[in-house]
Amino acid sequence: MAAIEVNGKSYEVDEEGYLSDLNQWDKDVAEAMANAEDCKLTDEHWDIINFLREYYEEYQIAPAVRVLTKAVGKKLGKDKGNSKYLYELFPYGPGKQACKYAGLPKPTGCV
Amino acid sequence: MSTLHTVNKSPFETNVLEICISLAKSGSTVLLYEDGVYAATEGTRAAVAIKNANGISFCVLGPDLQARGIEGKLANDIKVVDYDGFVDLVAGHDTIQAWL
Amino acid sequence: MATKKFMYLNRKAPYGTVYALESLEVVLIGAAFEQDVSLAFIGDGVYQLVKGQKTDGIGMKNFSPTFAALGDYEVNKIYVEKESLEERGLTLEDLQHLVWEDEDDDYAEKDSIRLVNRSELADVLDDQDIVLSF
Repeated sequence: MAAIEVNGKSYEVDEEGYLSDLNQWDKDVAEAMANAEDCKLTDEHWDIINFLREYYEEYQIAPAVRVLTKAVGKKLGKDKGNSKYLYELFPYGPGKQACKYAGLPKPTGCV
Repeated sequence: MSTLHTVNKSPFETNVLEICISLAKSGSTVLLYEDGVYAATEGTRAAVAIKNANGISFCVLGPDLQARGIEGKLANDIKVVDYDGFVDLVAGHDTIQAWL
Repeated sequence: MATKKFMYLNRKAPYGTVYALESLEVVLIGAAFEQDVSLAFIGDGVYQLVKGQKTDGIGMKNFSPTFAALGDYEVNKIYVEKESLEERGLTLEDLQHLVWEDEDDDYAEKDSIRLVNRSELADVLDDQDIVLSF
């Protein structure tokens, strides 16, 4: 099992870099994952990451991108509820990349 | 000789609980676990069969009841046990008959 | 692509076998294809929707909260067979209250669960293009 080391703490990840244990997640590991992909986390990124964590907490799944887009539009405003905005923040795909930083498993149905 | 019978299938999926009850001797115990716990809920035919099974005591595994959200539906006269209680039942009987 | 009517028919209790969880995952994945999706719960399948499930004690994932996300996936026709509930000593009150938001009606929350009797369900099934049974 691979692991990420941040400030002396070790986080287990799977072969694609997703956290093995959701409960291990903290902001440090999110920052470290983002830095490794040359992504600097801004407040806008955190809005999405926090949204994903809340969604997972409530429904026990990472939402599909289509569902995420719609839900973000409703919660954070129409200007943010579109895939262009989300892909600008997370160029590797909002589902994949944002879920990874949020410590969630890869979205169901996401290849 | 005392026997512990274990049943882990839903009474709606198979008739194994009926067969178990018909073959269990007075003084034996039946433990319901996994999907077998649905038989322990009020308002089912299985719960009636359990009520009518004189001389047999019935236990149900608590964690399996909780997982299925049916704790509040438990029929009278069925004792809830935890995993330690399961072990005690096994240790306290001469033989175990696992109905699959 | 023409839209087809897909029915996922759920007949198994949630944790004793893996069918229930597998069905739910297929529904979520299949939702990406934007077909006309319905779910039906009959027999022990109705146990999947029972509220208040707590799986900590059995070390399995509690996937029942995910049913509440189905509305987001535009899966809002959830048929529950009345006879199956009655045989199990259950009523609609024992099930989760599942809703969806109707965008065309100012996001009004509407019930997803439709209680049907056996013959009504037979008609619903007869009307499908594809029925997948789990």
